[in-house]
Amino acid sequence: MSTVELISPLTDEERDEIEAEVAHLPDRESAAIDALMIVQKHRGWISDESLRSIAKFLDMSPATLDGIATFYNLIHRQPVGRNVVMVCDSVSCYVMGADSFAVKVQDHLGIKFGETTPDDCFTLLPIVCLGACDRAPTMLINEDLFGPVREDELTEIFSRYS
Amino acid sequence: MSLQDTKPLIGRVQEVGGLVSLSDYEAGGGYTAAQKALKHMTPSEIIDLVREANLRGRGGAGFPTGVKWGFAKGEPQTPGYKYLVCNGDEMEPGTFKDRYLIEFNPHSLIEGMILGAYAIGAEKAYVFLRGEYHEPNRQLARAIAEAGEKNYLGRSIFGSDFNLDLRIHLSGGRYICGEETALLNALEGKRGQPRYKPPFPPASGAWGRPTIVNNVETLCNVPAIIRNGAEWYQELGLTEDAGTKIYGISGRVNNPGLWELPMGTPIRELVDVHAGGMQDGYKLRGILPGGASTDYLVEEHFDLPMDYKTIQDAGSRMGTGTMILMDDSICPVDMARNLQHFFAQESCGFCTPCREGLPWVEQLLADIENGQGKDGDLELLDQNALYIGAPGNTFCLHATGAIEPLQSALKYFRDDFEHHIKHKSCPYREN
Amino acid sequence: MATILIDDKVYEAKAGENLLEAILSQHLDLPYFCWHPSMGSIGACRQCAIITYADEDDTRGRIGMACMTSVTDGMRISLEAPLAKDFRSTVIEWLMENHPHDCPVCEEGGECHLQDMTVMTGHSMRRYRGTKRTWENQNLGPFIGHEMNRCITCYRCVRFYDEYAGGKDLAAFGSRGRMYFGRFEDGTLESEFAGNLVEVCPTGVFTDKPFAQSYTRKWDLQSAPSVCVGCAVGCNVFPAERYGDLKRITNRYHGELNGYFLCDRGRFGSHFVNHEKRIKHAGVRTQSGDYEFGDVSNAIKVAGATLGDRVIGIGSPRTSFENNFALRELVGSENFCTGINDRELEVIKTALDAMSRQGIVVPSLKQVEEADAILILGEDIANTAARTALSVRQAVRTKSFEMATDAHIPTWQDAGVRGHAQSEKSALFIATPAATRLDDIATQVSSGSVSELVALGSSICTKLRSSTASSDDFAGRVTDALRTAKAPLIITGSSLQSIELVQVAANICIALQEHDQTSSFLFVPTEVNSVGVALLEGGLSLSTALQRMAEGQGAIVLENDLYSRAPADSVDKALSPGNFVVLDTLENRTAEQASIVFPAATYAEQTGTFVNYETRAQRFYQVFEPQDEIAPAWSWLSHLAETLGTGSTWDSYASVLEQCAEHTYSLLRDIAPSFDYRIDTTSRIPRQSHRYSGRTAMNAQVNIHEPKAQVDTDTPFSYSMEGQNPGDQNGAAIPYVWSPGWNSNQSVFKFQQEVAGKLAGGDPGLRLIENIGAQLQYFDVSDVGASRKESSFEVVPLHLVFGSDEMSNQSWPIKARIPAPFVLLSPQDATALEVKAGMGLRVGEITESLEVQVDSRLPSGVIGLPQGLVEISQREVARAHLSVDPEFVARTNVSPEVIAKG
Repeated sequence: MSTVELISPLTDEERDEIEAEVAHLPDRESAAIDALMIVQKHRGWISDESLRSIAKFLDMSPATLDGIATFYNLIHRQPVGRNVVMVCDSVSCYVMGADSFAVKVQDHLGIKFGETTPDDCFTLLPIVCLGACDRAPTMLINEDLFGPVREDELTEIFSRYS
Repeated sequence: MSLQDTKPLIGRVQEVGGLVSLSDYEAGGGYTAAQKALKHMTPSEIIDLVREANLRGRGGAGFPTGVKWGFAKGEPQTPGYKYLVCNGDEMEPGTFKDRYLIEFNPHSLIEGMILGAYAIGAEKAYVFLRGEYHEPNRQLARAIAEAGEKNYLGRSIFGSDFNLDLRIHLSGGRYICGEETALLNALEGKRGQPRYKPPFPPASGAWGRPTIVNNVETLCNVPAIIRNGAEWYQELGLTEDAGTKIYGISGRVNNPGLWELPMGTPIRELVDVHAGGMQDGYKLRGILPGGASTDYLVEEHFDLPMDYKTIQDAGSRMGTGTMILMDDSICPVDMARNLQHFFAQESCGFCTPCREGLPWVEQLLADIENGQGKDGDLELLDQNALYIGAPGNTFCLHATGAIEPLQSALKYFRDDFEHHIKHKSCPYREN
Repeated sequence: MATILIDDKVYEAKAGENLLEAILSQHLDLPYFCWHPSMGSIGACRQCAIITYADEDDTRGRIGMACMTSVTDGMRISLEAPLAKDFRSTVIEWLMENHPHDCPVCEEGGECHLQDMTVMTGHSMRRYRGTKRTWENQNLGPFIGHEMNRCITCYRCVRFYDEYAGGKDLAAFGSRGRMYFGRFEDGTLESEFAGNLVEVCPTGVFTDKPFAQSYTRKWDLQSAPSVCVGCAVGCNVFPAERYGDLKRITNRYHGELNGYFLCDRGRFGSHFVNHEKRIKHAGVRTQSGDYEFGDVSNAIKVAGATLGDRVIGIGSPRTSFENNFALRELVGSENFCTGINDRELEVIKTALDAMSRQGIVVPSLKQVEEADAILILGEDIANTAARTALSVRQAVRTKSFEMATDAHIPTWQDAGVRGHAQSEKSALFIATPAATRLDDIATQVSSGSVSELVALGSSICTKLRSSTASSDDFAGRVTDALRTAKAPLIITGSSLQSIELVQVAANICIALQEHDQTSSFLFVPTEVNSVGVALLEGGLSLSTALQRMAEGQGAIVLENDLYSRAPADSVDKALSPGNFVVLDTLENRTAEQASIVFPAATYAEQTGTFVNYETRAQRFYQVFEPQDEIAPAWSWLSHLAETLGTGSTWDSYASVLEQCAEHTYSLLRDIAPSFDYRIDTTSRIPRQSHRYSGRTAMNAQVNIHEPKAQVDTDTPFSYSMEGQNPGDQNGAAIPYVWSPGWNSNQSVFKFQQEVAGKLAGGDPGLRLIENIGAQLQYFDVSDVGASRKESSFEVVPLHLVFGSDEMSNQSWPIKARIPAPFVLLSPQDATALEVKAGMGLRVGEITESLEVQVDSRLPSGVIGLPQGLVEISQREVARAHLSVDPEFVARTNVSPEVIAKG
């Protein structure tokens, strides 16, 4: 038989928030994405242990839930830093110089896309159009939208996050 | 005449100078349409009125809204049997209109949804919102709470026997979820892969129940139509399409942004007047008129009015009505690569041409851009474009949309592609 | 019917059916991947592109996917139009961008659907310049190999495993060009149907792991039509041989039974054929207890002397009808025993009685899938007849097809049907002692001891017969569901060894018949030929036979380890005089005490007949000649008859069959073609493919001379590649499926009348019993009345798909999945005994302490013991005392990770 199941129990707060979503849905499994987003909000990312706990809480298999989790761009299945920087690489920002802007952001943080700074402060990811095309080039840090961002503003912007 | 009579969508935002609060909204006549409709109109009357007004879907396809609602009519009225879903998964590159509407005028969306839900007999409604739209999410959530407190949502709205539970579903983030059937799978908490149609959502949608999916801007139009009538609405348009449209422009213009203007406003007026013309030193070469998945328009089209039929006749689509401008500093090959990178990344992985064809196209474009193009590559691109792009060759229209800008780029900017291959370099980089 | 025009030729098809199926039903070639005849269409691969024309004037047409198109009368399409062909070849080109060119080392090579389709579309030149994507593979357990780099993302694996078979631990991960199909983490695939992934996957992602360890290309395998010996369903299989070893089992399509799928006991349970414990020589036991081999005629002579002139015969439910018949002929009917324990035999006879009564319809598995309300009474079919459970899983979808039809969704539009129906299911009620792997799809489940289940069945029957309003309890809801059903089905079986349970199950069917409802009755016996040997009957019960042996009467024991049939003490007594002869395949406790042992052929090494749960008699054919002195039991019995000077002698299988048919069921002659059946009047049917290699040299290390081809006088097959396997021959005479251009198992459609329909030459087998009753006649059910006692626990036998079958337990891949012996407890009893899962209990007389497992459904006062892993008294309702074993250490290293989960 299997050994001790590696799970990371959900907090009461997480459970309450997930239950609030379940209450408005026809079945528990339908809250899968909501639950992943809720737990990620609290924990930054979805570890295997977190995923097992959510699956158990929603009466579904970890395989099915992971199939859902790995489909969506915004659900992190790998650890991220305390702050997630997302730089738009879609066409409106592209015509406004997103490629060179992206190089500058990488230089500034000293990491490439997909990496996390050694102090765990920032994870840098590309993101599709942020829907603020009149403010290109744009960048999202956690829940804060920036744009248009000039290179000389980067130091100040990043200094707001620790 | 107030701004609201010419700009039913965001006139009030301009009057107030920012976020339209509940009191601001009500002071401008907000929620009177819902009140009037729930007390004095039958669902059929609303559907007829919306049909007469000739409101067409603002999400890109332009399907008549009243007709769509009619598909869900006449089904059993058991509580919880049907759903109204607002498609707020605005992810078409270059498009930023729904964000604006939700962030600044959330009550107009809520009122539109009350009317839509009442018209089709749904007691449960969802706003499917982009996960990256944090501020719109906050504003909409607050507005829903405010509306709930005043009993504009919940049970027995306006003293009628109509109930409506309105919830926000925050997306996990995938472009394909903007496709209505993929959206429904995502709403059900599943992988957001599209469904085959038929069955169409009005017959079998969310959780197998009749479901109507409408775009944010579409629903925001409804309160004013109920308030002012179909005739008023039709007269707002300059051409045969009715109402106003939120047009947007991004790119090297002096004043990028959004404007609510009569349907059919000419492209050149949008660029030169509203967007303040091109920035110094840049010349306009091409336009993606309705988001990243529409065919390029070029110089010969710039005097055309922006409405559904005209733009379609010109070989493109009005799409979301938010244009991306390509100026003369941009390499068309590299821009095509950027676009195909997006579409290949956002392919859901379900069907072969999209999943395997788009990365190949992206790779060919990257090779050409990087000076590694070979003779025959353009023919390979043509073949891929032909077979990936034809509607029906792929499971949904994602790849069809992906190929629209590519095939028009190959048509209008073919010299650029050939130059890259012949000289094994990108001339735009040398400059 | 509809008339359709394909490339200007007229064909008949069914209006509304799937166009791809209609095309394949005409035996035309059209490539496809994601569509599967049992799973419908999803439109993912875009491979089956055709040109559809709007009307007569349309000359260009447009590309459409055949699998997502309904047949309409008068429709005009083209498969051959250049645009369609070019598009199909482009689809292959896309799929091949990332597919490795590892065919020479791939287990699928030579029977790969992707290879076939690539050749068929004509794609040959690679134009994609990018690198190929790569993946890490997973260890999926002892049965299934995993090589994700080969994946072409057709989604068939997850559609079969999750949606069709109800598995929970295989999923599709990721998106875009990075789709992964596997488990959440490394580990054994839990479903007992996982083996079908090997055949469902169109290329080499999921492969047969045991087969890969001793691999042979499909074209080098020798095979013949056969029947699985894993349980009483009688699934049709192709065992395949090379170098004298049974290499693998694959599915042999049967339209009424297994269709396209097998369970893993069937697929991986046959390696006992190559077991090192095979008895290969006739042996005589010496004074020292060792066996002396080498002189067959002496062994026969000694056997004759040992047996004397009053011989009894103990037959077996695990060998053929003919072998049992041969034994009965030798000893005489009055001295013949079926070899089944007394109680189980009574249960089977009761079921056979029921099956012959009016109002009782015995369903094929295809009919099971059409049931719209099912009651399972007592039998854990996922363990005792797993393929049946897979059919029940499809039956609960009946409602979704009705809903889809109402919503104008074609029933073949799989995702649409599932999405529309959501979790709506047809009624399935399960009343068993413990949890089953069908509980997840049940409308409601109920637990009880055997007597409680009988009482529950009686109550349902009473409610059905009375006109009183239904009650809001389990019995009431079952009654309502059955009464309103169009095709109600009752399933029961022999595993709980309760005659009364079978009687009440039959009575429910009869009560429905009284209401003019046609109801089906599915009785699950435990072994491949339980029904066959029960039909042969015999004058001796097993207990009497054992007693006679104990008294010193000579006996012949045919392929039967008596220790698995009767309490050890009574068998010990029976065997102690020692004057008995054993004919068997593997060494076992009975055989090792015999005076003389004869090596019997397994099912793969002989021709014969098995009778399944439906009473369907099915012929299985010799796949390969056995080695050494191994021979079919009937031939040893013929030799013994000669020595003893009684009974009959035969020199060929054909002569046994002829006499058997004459003395028992004449239908046995008609269930399959006889030895002189020929294709086009002259050709035999080859057991080997036309590419079979090395026939003249494969034993060159032993003898350099070309061996003489083996001659087959018993069957219409040849031991060579000469002959014809045209596809439209008698359905029971298909040795393997292959058709030009179709090297994979997908070629089976060329052998069918229509896709997923009957075989072109008819589905194999005939039923020996059709119901004959003239009037409704209920069974009088005697009062069971076993009340629970405080001091001891009622024991119910639990059957395990891996662990309760004597022969498959000896198959090495299965061994890895057999759990450590355990005792199943209710949560209440576990609490009362202060034990938890993993701790140890001493149970009754069982010497070894058992590991505790807790089952939430098991009623308090009842314990479950795994049949085949611990000895369970089979005489009556057994009881046992329990005590905690504080010293117990769970056998973690030998117990498998997963037994089998739904």
